[in-house]
Amino acid sequence: MADIKKLVSMLKELDDLLTGCMRCGMCQAQCPVFAQTGKETDVTRGKLALLSGLSDEILKDPEAVNEKLQRCLLCGTCEANCPSGVKVTDIFLRARAILSGYLGLPPSQRLVFRRLLTNPKLMNNLLSLGASLQGLFTKEADGVIGTSCARFNAPLIADRHFKKLASKPLHSVTPKKDTPPGKSGLRVAFFPGCVTDKVFPQVGQAVLKILEHHQVGVFMPPNQSCCGIPALSSGETEVFDKLVRQNLDLFATSKWDYLLTPCATCTATIAELWPKYYGDKMDGIRAANIADKVMDVSQFLHDVLKIPTKESASPAKVAYHDPCHLRNTLKITTQPRQVLAAGGKYTTAELPSGPSCCGSGGSFNLKHYKLSDVIGRKKAESIAATGAGVAATSCPACMLQLADMLSKTGHSIPVKHVVELYAETL
Amino acid sequence: MIRDALKNEFQKIVGKDNVMTEAAELHAYSYDSAVLDQTQPAVVVRPENSESLGKVVKLCNENGLKLTVRGAGTNLSGGTIPHPGGVVCLTTALDKVLEINEEDLYAVVQPGVVTAKFAAQVAAKGLLYPPDPGSQAVSTLGGNVAENAGGLRALKYGVTKDYVMGVDFFDVNGELIRSGGKTVKCVTGYNLAGLMIASEGTLGVFENITLKLVPFPAAYKAMMAVFPDMMDASRAVAAIIANKIVPATLEFMDNFTIRTIENFRKAGLPVDAAAMLLIEVDGHQGQVEDDAAKVEAICKENKATSVRVAKDDAERNAVWQARRDALPALARVKPTTVLEDATVPRSKIPAMMQALDKIAKKYDLIIGTFGHAGDGNLHPTILTDKRDQKEWHRVEAAVDAIFDEALALGGTLSGEHGIGIAKAKYLKNEYGVGAINYSRRMKSVLDPNNILNPGKILGPLLA
Ligand SMILES: Cc1cc2nc3c(=O)[nH]c(=O)nc-3n(C[C@H](O)[C@H](O)[C@H](O)COP(=O)(O)OP(=O)(O)OC[C@H]3O[C@@H](n4cnc5c(N)ncnc54)[C@H](O)[C@@H]3O)c2cc1C
Ligand code: SF4
Ligand code: SF4
Ligand code: SF4
Repeated sequence: MADIKKLVSMLKELDDLLTGCMRCGMCQAQCPVFAQTGKETDVTRGKLALLSGLSDEILKDPEAVNEKLQRCLLCGTCEANCPSGVKVTDIFLRARAILSGYLGLPPSQRLVFRRLLTNPKLMNNLLSLGASLQGLFTKEADGVIGTSCARFNAPLIADRHFKKLASKPLHSVTPKKDTPPGKSGLRVAFFPGCVTDKVFPQVGQAVLKILEHHQVGVFMPPNQSCCGIPALSSGETEVFDKLVRQNLDLFATSKWDYLLTPCATCTATIAELWPKYYGDKMDGIRAANIADKVMDVSQFLHDVLKIPTKESASPAKVAYHDPCHLRNTLKITTQPRQVLAAGGKYTTAELPSGPSCCGSGGSFNLKHYKLSDVIGRKKAESIAATGAGVAATSCPACMLQLADMLSKTGHSIPVKHVVELYAETL
Repeated sequence: MIRDALKNEFQKIVGKDNVMTEAAELHAYSYDSAVLDQTQPAVVVRPENSESLGKVVKLCNENGLKLTVRGAGTNLSGGTIPHPGGVVCLTTALDKVLEINEEDLYAVVQPGVVTAKFAAQVAAKGLLYPPDPGSQAVSTLGGNVAENAGGLRALKYGVTKDYVMGVDFFDVNGELIRSGGKTVKCVTGYNLAGLMIASEGTLGVFENITLKLVPFPAAYKAMMAVFPDMMDASRAVAAIIANKIVPATLEFMDNFTIRTIENFRKAGLPVDAAAMLLIEVDGHQGQVEDDAAKVEAICKENKATSVRVAKDDAERNAVWQARRDALPALARVKPTTVLEDATVPRSKIPAMMQALDKIAKKYDLIIGTFGHAGDGNLHPTILTDKRDQKEWHRVEAAVDAIFDEALALGGTLSGEHGIGIAKAKYLKNEYGVGAINYSRRMKSVLDPNNILNPGKILGPLLA
């Protein structure tokens, strides 16, 4: 373990960011984790105070601070509503990197990040092996939603109702694509993201169908790497850098107008985090360029393609969940609703509890499943209360969580991506 | 450090998960929203029902442990900064609305209920709970009563104390004391509920609170008036009241605040205006129309360069958004935001504004001022950086000067933020030693071991 003085000096770099918090406590109204526990260490203000305490050497327990810091969904809701404009996610990501550098990650986790995540081919092979074996260990939970649960007592799975790995991931059906711009005159690069690729290939297919329908050329290179957010939010900045560089190299091999993803988290990561945290200064300009061009699929369909809306007499209700990374980070809330309506078959049913995080938060779901579960169940009840027959969202990670929660709470409501529902109507 | 035996006792009362003693946990309860030094408790407990709340109080008293009750920790006077090595007792789990009575217009709540959530539940039944502090999205009703919080609607509807019908509280022995009631009139015995209001956790621990509700106004209208001179705005305030119109809300903003908000939101605010008034009248349709027309005329008579009356809810929201933006916008200018609440009789607002101007110049500080013109409650907001020690000393001196000035104008130390630790040292300037001695005698009898939030309001002598 490194010298605590070194930790303090690294944390001092956060000082300017930290002093922006005036401790007004208004974040208590926003934070989904605090809503469950009512504890100051679980709300933004508390976590910021812990970091200040550590950097001022009033507090000398980096392990405990790190542990509290992990109890955050990085949903950005507090940041979007903070009166002082404190850059909360920025602070938390930097602090996690500093603390995990100081404390060290568990070796198993490190191995996954360093060896697997950065090697898409190896990862794909391993996961396809997993896909063929998973039937042995799991059984069906909800036929409509398509969830499974553990057949035997399995601590890793706990009582999750999960979507299984797709037997044919997107990259095995459509490993690559390279088509010229059609009538639209546009050509887009397509970044499906890991969850789409491995769990919801049909979402990727829907995007490709939509692009073909609107005559948009597609560039989808093979062997794409993860966007890097799991590594970054665990403080593994070197792995993050490597993933970003791999992707930058890959997408630089052709010309295109926009980079599309169907994943709210990927879009937000590429738009906001690639240019900010990608360590390669020489190459930073490439990350900045790509950040300017990345778009959520609905945003592209509505803002750029300006797809028309078909009139409909009696549209079916769809409960729409706003993914935090679209709502808070990118401020995209109307476009997915408009894309839903565009097909002429659906209309958005708003959730009675208003927009809020689904409780997934990537690794938060793994580390704090119980908390994630309580937050998610509330979301499921709120979706059920709309009386809609389908739930939709714009983030595959949210889809996993919603499917788990709707299935467990006994609401057989299928979970779809907005683009799947729109593709249906073409 | 708290002894293991005591920790066990607390765990028996509130459960293992609800007793916190780790250094990081304690650190997170060493501050509130006031800009003051932090001190750490030895243990933090979170009772989930009133029975265990009472037991916690009793256990503290038996062991001479200093007890600080904490709601949302948003008070601006240091009221929840614990006694070093003491106990912090959270009310965040005591968050149930026990009853909303639509026939008799009252509600009974636990102390940890969040103000805005309660107001929304009440509004869903067509009723109004008027006190609306700027922190209502997070503040608790227990904290509101203990601080006697006010809000934007105070001018017409009054502050928290005007809605408290009863408080049931634990005394230091953990005995539940009932006070007040559910009738509009109730003069049985001493006004113990009144004693609890603004007591800042020093006299008893609230178990539940009975609050008065009123019917929701049938109509409302908001407007924004722009003035070339601060004196004109102040005269308009006086004239509105003198014309026997009591707006629900009558808010003031100075030029610096207007410019800062405009920078932040780009909402098209008049950046050269010396001052702005934001006014809302409510009541019956006809009365609202009449009052709005009169207010508009009065503002124009007092040299308002423009008066914008909101035509619909969207425009009304725009008016209130500008007001809500005041603190956020100011808070972004510099790292540290010192929000004061010096209050003067409303006729003295111009004098107070001039004094603030002088103080800002004398101490070379940025002070933005906004606030509740209708009730004389101003929020001079000093923008600074606490890390700049020299400047910080000037801030402290400026704060002293602000209070001296407010008192000299016949005002008060605190319109709504309470005394806590922050203003305890000024108390004698307002009420004299007699009031302090009387209060201390009272406290020493009710709380002989001085365990209830010692040092707050009455200063450290007793601590
Ligand atoms: C951005 C912002 C805006 C604000 N706007 C306003 C405003 O417009 N008007 C206004 O009046 N104030 C305002 N405040 C100040 C503050 O929000 C109020 O004082 C509020 O009432 C505090 O509520 P709380 O739940 O946070 O209480 P806390 O800060 O947790 O506690 C306040 C005091 O109450 C005591 N207490 C709490 N619960 C109990 C209980 N159950 N029994 C006994 N004592 C108890 C505590 O010991 C403490 O002394 C604002 C603060 C902020 C940060
Ligand atoms: S809302 Fe912002 S400034 Fe206020 S306490 Fe939370 S992080 Fe700090
Ligand atoms: S990012 Fe989300 S979970 Fe994390 S502190 Fe902010 S509101 Fe809470
Ligand atoms: S955001 Fe999630 S799904 Fe998207 S690429 Fe990154 S890790 Fe994979």
